[in-house]
Amino acid sequence: MDFRLKALTKSIWVFHVSAGSCNNCDIEILDCLTPRFDVERFGIQLVGSVRHADALLVTGAMNKKSIPRLKKIYEQAPKPCVVVACGICAVSQNMFRDSYSMGDPLDKIIPVDVYIPGCPPKPEAIISGIVKLVKKIRGA
Amino acid sequence: MSHKVIIPIGPYHPLQEEPEFFQLYDEGEKVVDIDIIIGYNHRGIEKLSESKHFDQVAFLVERICGICSSSHPYAYVLAVEDILGGEAAVVPERAVYIRTVVDELQRIHSHLLWLGLAGHFIGYNTVWMWAWKYREPVLDLFEMVTGNRNNYAMLKIGGVRRDIKDEDIPVIKKTLDELVPAVRMFEGAVMDDPVIRARLEGVGILTREQAIDYSVVGPTARASGLDMDVRRDDPYGAYARLDWNIIVEKTGDIFAKTVIRIREMQESIRIIRQCLDKLPPGAIDADVKDIPPGEGIGRVEAPRGECFHYIKSDGTNRPVRHKIRAPSYMNVASNKVAVIGGTLSDATITLAAVDPCYCCTERVAVMRRDTGKKVMNGWDLIKLSQEKTARLKGGGA
Repeated sequence: MDFRLKALTKSIWVFHVSAGSCNNCDIEILDCLTPRFDVERFGIQLVGSVRHADALLVTGAMNKKSIPRLKKIYEQAPKPCVVVACGICAVSQNMFRDSYSMGDPLDKIIPVDVYIPGCPPKPEAIISGIVKLVKKIRGA
Repeated sequence: MSHKVIIPIGPYHPLQEEPEFFQLYDEGEKVVDIDIIIGYNHRGIEKLSESKHFDQVAFLVERICGICSSSHPYAYVLAVEDILGGEAAVVPERAVYIRTVVDELQRIHSHLLWLGLAGHFIGYNTVWMWAWKYREPVLDLFEMVTGNRNNYAMLKIGGVRRDIKDEDIPVIKKTLDELVPAVRMFEGAVMDDPVIRARLEGVGILTREQAIDYSVVGPTARASGLDMDVRRDDPYGAYARLDWNIIVEKTGDIFAKTVIRIREMQESIRIIRQCLDKLPPGAIDADVKDIPPGEGIGRVEAPRGECFHYIKSDGTNRPVRHKIRAPSYMNVASNKVAVIGGTLSDATITLAAVDPCYCCTERVAVMRRDTGKKVMNGWDLIKLSQEKTARLKGGGA
């Protein structure tokens, strides 16, 4: 296994990008950090700059104004960087697919490693998604 | 000599969950001007709504904002029921009470959420963790009553989708009883803590006149001494039949806004208890077949203020026009007066004090591709259209 990829499986630092979401996924992500779920036990935390991040957690339906910023953020992220699509909007644009302000879905813009569907996914689902991601990296 | 520094915050910044872009113009520590640039969240919901069936729109407007996800559908169904003859005429009594319960539960969860984030912004992460810890039981209640933690899908035209079971009522009451000491604890913690008082008192003041000038709504207005609340002024749901108070403060600073939100939670708990006691038996939805042609409005007091929906129907199964005005649209503009003159370190909590919700507020602006400069709003587009007509007229003549 690639050493740099292996390093990703411990204490993942996450940068959160909201590309036109309704706030629900963002709140549930913050909820994961609060006492009931408390993923900080495993060293997972939100970081302020994408240059510190191991993973990109993307929510929202990709509107035209945020897509250029999303691309830029992905370019700035240190590689290897895993991308998690959180919520059905990020997975498939859901009911906003036909809107005039929507661009391409997330996986046509940047490569996505894990999809977490749900509107919004429960914190348990988000944690389960991260566990699957870690398993996938270890198995690789 | 001081020189101006521009500090950009956003669009993706650890301070914010949502993408929005502030430019603070500073002279030394003092903020002298602010630009608020939004649009990163625009999803074109008003236009999408015109392509959906009346029943589907309730699910769509629920996803305008994840925090007010019962206020927007409530305002929407009120607007449609306004065409049908009003909520009281269409909706069964039991459904009206269930709607009120969900609306107030949402207010508690939203205010706890804001309290936590406000604590986080002033460096009190303990407040954040405690507030969100006590928010979890409220979300559990939502899961029990509506089937989902957020996005409740509870409201439909003519009633509600799910009933509150009799065996659930004691559980709800017990959870609320456990919440009361927590809210009291927050009230004591905020009012007695000298550091919180020093950070919040006299900061980000919005005077009564400024509040009127900027047409702010909800807790932001009530903190500046404006006694207004849609629940009393234009009653919907069961509010007119219940005993509750409107909390008004005079000072207009962030401390007043915090106190108002904490006390409103206590009022919400009182309202839910009364609703559960009075919950009448009967059906939970009326059979609504067709929406006749007409126009209707719906107003709801969302946790952030008045949420307004307008629906125009032409007798088909889709709205012809759907206009939405969310409370943050009015409140965010008041940041302009609240932030300017304060110090840079107070800017974050001041910007957060109106409980801004940018998902609700998003508007679209059209930019000319050739210059990249001219930003057009609706009026400019109308003007452009009128100019074109004039030009065509001139050419034809």
